[in-house]
Amino acid sequence: MATPTTSQTIGPFFHFVADPAMRDLTRFGASGRRIVVHGRVIDGAGAPVADGCVETWQAVPATSERFPGWGRCATDAAGRYRLITIAPGPTEGRDGRPYAPHLAVTVFARGLLKGLHTRCYFDGEPLNRTDPVLASIDPARRATLIAAPDVTEADDHFRFDIRLQGAGETVFFELAEWP
Amino acid sequence: MSEPLFRPPPPGTQPDYKCAAYGSTAKRAPDMPLVRLPLTETERRGPLFPPSHYPLITDMSKTEGREALGERIIVSGTVRGEDGRPVAQTMIELWQANAAGRYHHDHDDHDAPLDSGFRGEGRVFTDDDGRYRFVTIKPGAYPWKNHKNAWRPNHIHFSLFGHAYASRLITQMYFPGDPLLDVDPIYQAIPDEAARRRLVAELDLELTQPEWALGYRFDIVLRGPGGTPFERHGEVA
Repeated sequence: MATPTTSQTIGPFFHFVADPAMRDLTRFGASGRRIVVHGRVIDGAGAPVADGCVETWQAVPATSERFPGWGRCATDAAGRYRLITIAPGPTEGRDGRPYAPHLAVTVFARGLLKGLHTRCYFDGEPLNRTDPVLASIDPARRATLIAAPDVTEADDHFRFDIRLQGAGETVFFELAEWP
Repeated sequence: MSEPLFRPPPPGTQPDYKCAAYGSTAKRAPDMPLVRLPLTETERRGPLFPPSHYPLITDMSKTEGREALGERIIVSGTVRGEDGRPVAQTMIELWQANAAGRYHHDHDDHDAPLDSGFRGEGRVFTDDDGRYRFVTIKPGAYPWKNHKNAWRPNHIHFSLFGHAYASRLITQMYFPGDPLLDVDPIYQAIPDEAARRRLVAELDLELTQPEWALGYRFDIVLRGPGGTPFERHGEVA
């Protein structure tokens, strides 16, 4: 078995490859319910992460020529990001049990030697109550994985803030086939 | 029974988030331990990047007909999965500083010249055998204020996707013989010496194009199995 190549930081100057078009996952003509997921990335001192990068991926709807399933947005001076996508559907577990609709979210930034993986679930989604991943999380931290409808914006806007460290730290995952 | 893929990384082969010598980790590395997430459909599948939507930039040594200043090089290698199979038709994004050590980026204030012949961004895809190749110029070292006389070793940034979300990798390719590697906190954050060495490309005279450009070989292993974009991972046997 080959050992996977080591991760290194994305650094602060990745913007060449962060084409601003990549924040809109509907740009190739995808159909379905459009949603906006936005928020801020904050460090352990409460300061905005102004040179970071937020990526989202979803398995449902299936990726195609019209829907990449993946998007990326650089954070701005206030640590804000904003992505437009098609609302994710439930995914299927190996035992047939559904997982609640979610986005896989990865943060890359200067100061992160590896990407940080989290998930964005959606407040009010009935399947959240039985989702095996949410159920496995300490209830005191579960809310960090749930985006709320943004009452100050339109009803298809969801707010998902990401706190890298300290009070209210977002739950981050280590992905693997655990023995 | 086959060995599991997407193994937890072998000890020491990946850096920790916290790294005292790398100042920017102090307020950005999480305090809490990561939560172990067994892979689900979300992590086993991954995005497709049709080349029609993601145009190739295979020669970074020219921009709109202008030749970049610096030492022209060819970089090539093979991308494989943990099972040794090639990762076919996967996208690789590239970016780097110019020969003077300056990024073509609004926030790079290093006092070194920009080069109108060099933007420093590339995008290539592996072929059916997992091979990739691009042309660029050797990037310069640059200061980065982490500590007194902190200068980054010459490096090219690589971003790879593979065919599963859990295969995503961002890394840096370094150059053989660079004395700055020994004093670079980002490179030295990797505990395992062999893992560090694998981030250093090899000078390859077979890849070198006579009277034109030196060749460097840089092979990459992604987590999970190799294969094509159209295989669904984790459902074999």
